[in-house]
Amino acid sequence: MNWTLVLPELVLAICGLLALVAGVIPKRDTSYAINMAVLGALLLSGVLVLVQPEGTAFAGQYVSDAFTKFTKLLVVAGAALGVLVAMDWNAKQGLAKFEFPILLLFSTIGMMIMLSANDLLTLYIGLELLSLSLYVIAAFDRDNGRSSEAGLKYFVLGALASGLLLYGASLIYGFSGTTNFDRIADAIGTAEAVPFGLVVGLVFVLAALAFKVSAVPFHMWTPDVYEGAPTPVTAFFASAPKVAAIGLLTRVAAGPFGDLAGQWQQIIILCSLASMVLGALAAIGQTNIKRLMAYSSIGHVGYALMGLAVGSELGVRALLVYMAIYLFTNVGAFAVLIAMRRNGQSLEKVEDLAGLGRTDPAMALAMTLFMFSMAGIPPLAGFFGKYFVIGAAIQGGFITLAVVGVLSSAVSAYYYLRVIKVMYFDAGIGALDARPASLSVVLAGTGLFTLFFFAFPGLFLSAAQAAVAALVG
Amino acid sequence: MLNIGLSHFLSVSAILFVLGVLGIFLNRKNIIVILMSIELILLSVNLNFVAFSSALQDLTGQIFAMFVLTVAAAEAAIGLAILVIYFRNRSSIAVDDVSTLRG
Repeated sequence: MNWTLVLPELVLAICGLLALVAGVIPKRDTSYAINMAVLGALLLSGVLVLVQPEGTAFAGQYVSDAFTKFTKLLVVAGAALGVLVAMDWNAKQGLAKFEFPILLLFSTIGMMIMLSANDLLTLYIGLELLSLSLYVIAAFDRDNGRSSEAGLKYFVLGALASGLLLYGASLIYGFSGTTNFDRIADAIGTAEAVPFGLVVGLVFVLAALAFKVSAVPFHMWTPDVYEGAPTPVTAFFASAPKVAAIGLLTRVAAGPFGDLAGQWQQIIILCSLASMVLGALAAIGQTNIKRLMAYSSIGHVGYALMGLAVGSELGVRALLVYMAIYLFTNVGAFAVLIAMRRNGQSLEKVEDLAGLGRTDPAMALAMTLFMFSMAGIPPLAGFFGKYFVIGAAIQGGFITLAVVGVLSSAVSAYYYLRVIKVMYFDAGIGALDARPASLSVVLAGTGLFTLFFFAFPGLFLSAAQAAVAALVG
Repeated sequence: MLNIGLSHFLSVSAILFVLGVLGIFLNRKNIIVILMSIELILLSVNLNFVAFSSALQDLTGQIFAMFVLTVAAAEAAIGLAILVIYFRNRSSIAVDDVSTLRG
């Protein structure tokens, strides 16, 4: 038994348990120290992921390869950025409790386990560890009615999704006789006719995972939860867990069910088309910027799924690069939203950004970069993401997907540009409060990434290529 | 005597599953009923796993059912905790009141 393979998760879990003890025992406020400790633990586990050998452990339940390495590094980076942007906001909001970073840490373990899952059981445990932590942090502002309502809605719909996933898993188990991904692939590959129950199980599992990535028609919870949850929590929801869920969906679809591509492709194509169109249209009328970002993230999931729908190596590579770019651009944009605070009050309306171009040119410039990047304007990072995905769709012969992608990108540019227009051309009511250093660091880092991605796309492309090779080969 | 086989178990668990899903969507009264429906879904899944496990002569399904039971307990605990803080803020757990967040 090769248990040292799971060292990144083990180290993270032990650090989390130690941090829980360390947070409780002292009489004074420990939240800052725990935040720093969690950042350190995430960094350590990121390094361990980087040097993690490839192979399987625990009787084939856990797998480590280039795909898990790529996605886990993104997830760990997203979680670390999530802790970083939340620190100051929580303190000013009176929410500086040490449990917050620890919950983020536990959700990160969940994401890492589900990305390394090679068995339906591992998948379920990882997904539940992630979901249970997310339900709690959605309702973290517990004296706020909106936050607790967001937590409640997320819990009910998330539990329903888990139920769908389990029902699908039970059917897959029953009709293939195993829960191991490799043996499911064998069972499908050697069967003369694929049992109907197996296909039904696959549809249930895909629906549950579409729920977790908030693809249309399973997106209903997203705008409500994103609006109600505290802003840093929304920032986290829209980054790391989304990347992890897309990674898991890719692994499940391309791995054990690779031979059933004809069955799941149609579902993914429909989800992708509907997500892109809804993401573009529904965001137009929004005045709450968190709700706007929720629809924007639904649209981005649509683009990412386009890469999976194509079903080629090129498509999955484009999906991975898209999610990497999406993660950093999105964290940057949310860092601006978290910095929106006037006279100590946290703001979340689009109009509250008015006049930012004069009162805080640096942050306005960063927000402009992120919005242009999300709209897909060259030479920013977001353009390359869309370029790779749509290019893969055209090469795969999915012209409808590509055309709808380009059109909905043009429509969504309207609301991204509206944010920029409000910042530079509308009269403001006064400057925002000074932003903390942690947010400035995140803004600078993600802004530079967005601006200079065109200089080093090869780095991401070759890493994603290796990841795809591990997934398909 | 009627011989009870795999298909009977699967039918029962499918009925329970559908009842659970309908309980979430058709319920207009009370959030506690939603929590009970979630439990019903998870138990129908357990029945499925155990029935398949017995039919396949393979232990994996029963182990899976154990894990589902454990996670369901944790999930119920977290759900009730969130429900309690929701009730403290709104003084109501009627489903129709959970609609302040709307675009």
